[in-house]
Amino acid sequence: MLNEYFIRRVLYLIPVLIFISFMSFSLIYIAPGDPAEIMMTSPSGGYDEAAVEAFRIAHGLDQPFYIQYFNWLKNAAVGDFGYSYMSEQSVFETVLNAFKNTLKLSVLALAIALVIAIPFGVVSALKHNTIVDDACRFGALLGVSMPNFWQAYLMIIFFSVIVHWLPASGFGHGTDIRYMILPAAVLGTGAAAVMMRMIRSSMLDVMGKEYIQTARGKGLSEKIVIIRHALKNALVPVITVIGLSIGFLLNGSVVVETIFGWSGIGNLVVDSILSHDYMMVQGSVLFVAVIFLLINFFVDLVYVWANPEIRYDKTS
Amino acid sequence: MSDVLLKVSDVSVTIPTEQGTVHAVDDATFSINKREVFSLIGESGSGKSILGQAIMRLLPPNAMFSGKVELEGMEISALSEKEMQKVRGKTVASIAQNPYLAMNPGIRVGTQVAEPMQAHLGISKEDAKSRTCRALKYFDIIPPEVREREYPFQYSGGMLQRAMVAMGTAADPELIIADEPTKGVDVLKKRNIAAIFQKVASDGCAFLLITHDVGFARAMSDRIAVNYCGQIIEIAEKEPFFKEPLHPYSQALLGAVPERGMHPIPGPSPSMIEVPEGCRFHPRCPHKTDRCLTNPPVVEINGRFVRCWMYA
Ligand SMILES: Nc1ncnc2c1ncn2[C@@H]1O[C@H](COP(=O)(O)OP(=O)(O)OP(=O)(O)O)[C@@H](O)[C@H]1O
Ligand code: SF4
Ligand SMILES: [Mg+2]
Repeated sequence: MLNEYFIRRVLYLIPVLIFISFMSFSLIYIAPGDPAEIMMTSPSGGYDEAAVEAFRIAHGLDQPFYIQYFNWLKNAAVGDFGYSYMSEQSVFETVLNAFKNTLKLSVLALAIALVIAIPFGVVSALKHNTIVDDACRFGALLGVSMPNFWQAYLMIIFFSVIVHWLPASGFGHGTDIRYMILPAAVLGTGAAAVMMRMIRSSMLDVMGKEYIQTARGKGLSEKIVIIRHALKNALVPVITVIGLSIGFLLNGSVVVETIFGWSGIGNLVVDSILSHDYMMVQGSVLFVAVIFLLINFFVDLVYVWANPEIRYDKTS
Repeated sequence: MSDVLLKVSDVSVTIPTEQGTVHAVDDATFSINKREVFSLIGESGSGKSILGQAIMRLLPPNAMFSGKVELEGMEISALSEKEMQKVRGKTVASIAQNPYLAMNPGIRVGTQVAEPMQAHLGISKEDAKSRTCRALKYFDIIPPEVREREYPFQYSGGMLQRAMVAMGTAADPELIIADEPTKGVDVLKKRNIAAIFQKVASDGCAFLLITHDVGFARAMSDRIAVNYCGQIIEIAEKEPFFKEPLHPYSQALLGAVPERGMHPIPGPSPSMIEVPEGCRFHPRCPHKTDRCLTNPPVVEINGRFVRCWMYA
């Protein structure tokens, strides 16, 4: 079944990838300042012309722009994104490590988001225009409009400072789940609010469909009608929103990662921009963009898979 | 009277709305015998569908029901929702009008057809599957093993219509309530639907046909009930009804069909919220007299029932 459509979608990825790589690479030229001068400037402000020239040659910065780009692309294709100008560490490894941390946070955040959004969205729809629905919608409005940094500080004040349940911030070697709960909760509740509103309206729409009444007419219990006949169809349009949320989560939230001191990809991008670590900026921006692209690609596939009408149309 | 299948007594349904209370069904009393095809005809908005929903106990949540519905001697209007679920789809099933709306677009047709069997017959998944294939084949959906795995959008309209009938009859119900089965379909399709229904009826299933298609009702039914503004105003065997309709509204209704010159019924359809006082047809009735401003009695004449002062 995964045939032409799949192949076509994969082929579409190639020009987009090339465009993205070009944009990420060009950042260095759009950004103000000359990396060699910045790197070789001593803390006192002066720099040595010879040393700057040597740095340029060592890093290939004396070559024409397009040669630099192709060299970079060639290496990037085999996973070599060069070395940080600052720490001399492999860009790829650094980015990958940061991404792993962001991934951990994202998985937990997504789980929190779904666990909140699906039941509350469904209940809100089933009890629509009652006080239960109003409460759910008020919660969602709060979740959407409350800035992440504010929510983060409120949660830190309550869970860390007042009741001492969870650490206020830190990394815990990236394995201690206690350090992940607060940042994931902040990210997850924000995503949940958006998803919940989508699920509510989608579920409301489906529950009014005639086939729901048909399902009841067969003698199915309300629980089965809701789960088997309504929820599945109601979630299809929500797939796109969930996918978008995954994309945003995986790109790392600068605010949340900074507040909670989480060494994720968001923090890495900002740190490398602030310290003019050009190779790291190029590598991490490209990485983030590719992840976003791939997530979108998979979301499209899931959407097609969940939608028999599109599935058969596209694949046969 | 042992062959009475469905007995509806004094059923009324009102629905509160922002505009006022809708008197959708008022004092409905009739019965349907085993194996009988019983049609409920009447103009749009007269409460036919609501009456069907009242029997299935699938009314809008805010609707108010009163009266009694008995099915095979059991008072189903008094059952708990859980007990009623054992009746729906098992003893009484419904078949909707538009198969594209009535079938779930995201679930395979075979799965949907099998659902009533699994819910009511206590059979295994494999048994349900082979029974489903048999049912599809019975309604000319071939090859069933392939069609069973397809989704509704892969079916043609006529085929999906048949699949919907297969689904309605999956658990061998005694009574099928079919609401507007011929609405918006052309003559050829109408004939096909009539043929499928006749096939099911000849297997011994009784029908409550809800329709405003007088011709279809005439072709299919044993008995006819006429609905006007929430009330059943006449019930009669088919032959005498078409030969000599008794109620002035029935007469007007039959006069309005193409074969009889399409004489429209004078006056507007009544409001279902502020229903006319006394006889609900009196504002449009050519025979009305003063007493028509009080409720007319239901009169029995040679086994027919008519709600009109002229026969009192
Ligand atoms: N959910 C509802 N809420 C409020 N009023 C309703 C609802 N459903 C139906 N009604 C009203 O109840 C009355 C009877 O409706 P019903 O659907 O039974 O008519 P019908 O005879 O089946 O008409 P049609 O031939 O158009 O299907 C109408 O006045 C309609 O407006
Ligand atoms: S009761 Fe009176 S108004 Fe009503 S149908 Fe009979 S004659 Fe006409
Ligand atoms: Mg109707």
